[in-house]
Amino acid sequence: MKNLDIKQVELTETVGNIYADSAKMSIRNADVYYGSKQAIHNVSLDLAKNQVTALIGPSGCGKSTFLRCLNRMNDTIDICNITGEFTLDNQDIYAKNLDPVLLRARVGMVFQKPNPFPKSIYDNVAYGARIHGLTNNKAELDEVVETSLQKAGLFNEVKDRLKDPGTGLSGGQQQRLCIARTIAVSPEIILMDEPASALDPIATAIIEELIDELKEKYTIAIVTHSMQQAARVSQHTAYFHLGKLVEMGKTEDIFTHPKHKLTENYITGRFG
Amino acid sequence: MINLKDNSKINKMSSTARTTTLSTTEKVTLSLKKRHQKERRFKNVGLFAVLFGFMLVVVLISDITAKALPAFHQHWVKIDMDYKANWLNIDGSSKQSILAKQMKKANYRSALKKSLYLMFPTPSGKSLSRKDKRQLFKLFSSNAEFTLKDTLITTPEHLNKQISVWVRLDDDVDSYLKEGFASGEAGLRLSKQQAQWIKQLASAQRIESRFNFSFFTASDSREPELAGIRGALTGTLLTLFVTLLLSFPLGVAGALYLEEFAPKNRWTDFIEININNLAAVPSIVFGLLGLAIIINIFGLPRSAPLVGGIVLTLMTLPTIIISSRAAIKAVPPSIREAALGLGASKMQVTFSHVLPQATPGIITGAIIGIAQALGETAPLLMIGMVAFIVDVPTSIVDSATVLPVQIFLWADSPERAFLAKTSAAILVLLTLLLVINLTATVLRSKFEKK
Repeated sequence: MKNLDIKQVELTETVGNIYADSAKMSIRNADVYYGSKQAIHNVSLDLAKNQVTALIGPSGCGKSTFLRCLNRMNDTIDICNITGEFTLDNQDIYAKNLDPVLLRARVGMVFQKPNPFPKSIYDNVAYGARIHGLTNNKAELDEVVETSLQKAGLFNEVKDRLKDPGTGLSGGQQQRLCIARTIAVSPEIILMDEPASALDPIATAIIEELIDELKEKYTIAIVTHSMQQAARVSQHTAYFHLGKLVEMGKTEDIFTHPKHKLTENYITGRFG
Repeated sequence: MINLKDNSKINKMSSTARTTTLSTTEKVTLSLKKRHQKERRFKNVGLFAVLFGFMLVVVLISDITAKALPAFHQHWVKIDMDYKANWLNIDGSSKQSILAKQMKKANYRSALKKSLYLMFPTPSGKSLSRKDKRQLFKLFSSNAEFTLKDTLITTPEHLNKQISVWVRLDDDVDSYLKEGFASGEAGLRLSKQQAQWIKQLASAQRIESRFNFSFFTASDSREPELAGIRGALTGTLLTLFVTLLLSFPLGVAGALYLEEFAPKNRWTDFIEININNLAAVPSIVFGLLGLAIIINIFGLPRSAPLVGGIVLTLMTLPTIIISSRAAIKAVPPSIREAALGLGASKMQVTFSHVLPQATPGIITGAIIGIAQALGETAPLLMIGMVAFIVDVPTSIVDSATVLPVQIFLWADSPERAFLAKTSAAILVLLTLLLVINLTATVLRSKFEKK
């Protein structure tokens, strides 16, 4: 095993193909700073429509930061400064006249740790539809809750206890509840930040199956630490290293013929 | 394992030898005894601290209760009242309507005096001396003539008849009956002759101890046997009502703004430091501020619960803001992110997630603030709530006093009977505090369940 001094490697260009045939979202020359510290260096990539894009890389490489830029979750951090071009269906999502509330209704997010609201299962799922006024009456709302739970593969497990608190579910169920909650708003893109990192293999398998089904309707970007997971669920993979996008391409290409030395080292488990 | 009894031997060994020759298990075993001893010592100190505090509370409460008990009953005396028309200065032959008017203006004091002289004839049959007359009349509460008046007005047919009427005894007699009577000693404030009369009345079964309802229904009075806490209690409730109404929404709104909406910059830091300092300002300063600005510049009435409430709001606001901010800060950020990620606006995140989760903590803070305000005296002295006020306030702009100030006033009074009243008022204040705290606990557990 070779000991690699990763800092000495030149990382000026991204290798592979960052472009998608039908891009739902395009990011060009993104730089992100936390105060004076630069977290993302000149990243450009496309998220292909109705496909899963996996963002992989060692801890602290900026994957999550990058993901949170895509629905402007970083707006809540005062010291965070973002430059570059972020477009959703060719619309600038950082445009001054664009309300982040509207953006987040279109770009949903599932977090690393399951974070259901301390409310009932029903209210958890209904919350998004309620605040956006997506339904006109109770029957419609019931319908949204049921279909969302079904899509998340949770309905059969909780249909008899929709009034119970969402926090009383198991970890895997909670994460599926969070996915159902996100789906209920009918977003176009779902961002997932290590959605299975806190789950056991069985719950992980259920979530992965779910992601596979969800891509029929939604464009998905998923941050993951598990190479196997990236290989199983994604069509495109982007490898991040120290805030830079090192390599991007079709998942099978990345995992079988990585072009960059760093990517190869990472996916073969030599470091990271 | 090594035998613990050998500890001393091993301890005597040089430290270098120990570190080099003893295994981890042996070293841990050696130190275990010392560690357990430390733990036990700390536990004992803690237990002592708790017991000491508890003991102080028990002593305080039992002392106050013991001192307060006499205030809850008082002695009444049955006198044979002669409602003679000419004594009362009433023309007995007038019409009913005129009679009623005359009864309201009649001279009950003189009729009472004359009735009393009849009740206590001298052995020689001569009339009492002036001094004795005065002393006899002093045995009865100054309120007695009003009791007699009320009795006649409600039952006018008593006119020109001798009727038994129960009236209050004077507070000195009351104190004597409660403390000195059993031992037979004449009280300091009573003459031998007065004590003799009381003995006479008692042996004739004319004296009765009754529950002191007027303590809860009457306001302050110069006469201890008539003084009650209703005025002060109403004043306290009105003042706290104003305080809560102003400080709770303002405090919560301020805390929410500072935590959730305000940009984090030098200005907000400056404001935060100022709020923290405000919490430490001596309360009398707020009283001066109230006097100088609220009364003198804005011209609000002095001694009013409205002004008291505003002053106490200034005092409680920092407490509520600081504790509310802590409660809001404790709401896990993941909940905020989840709601934001669904597209909730900042307002929606705040009101449907942050506020409900922070409510138990906010309520606790508000109750601490209100409890502080409940016991506050100094700032209220400055705005004139220390005045002697006989009427029960009916609105927030009426003159009023509050319980702690009432306690202060009574504790300052020379009459002996006010001693018990003071303790009784303290008991009422503590009960009120207990009720407020219980309400808070119930509210908090209700919100926590949600």
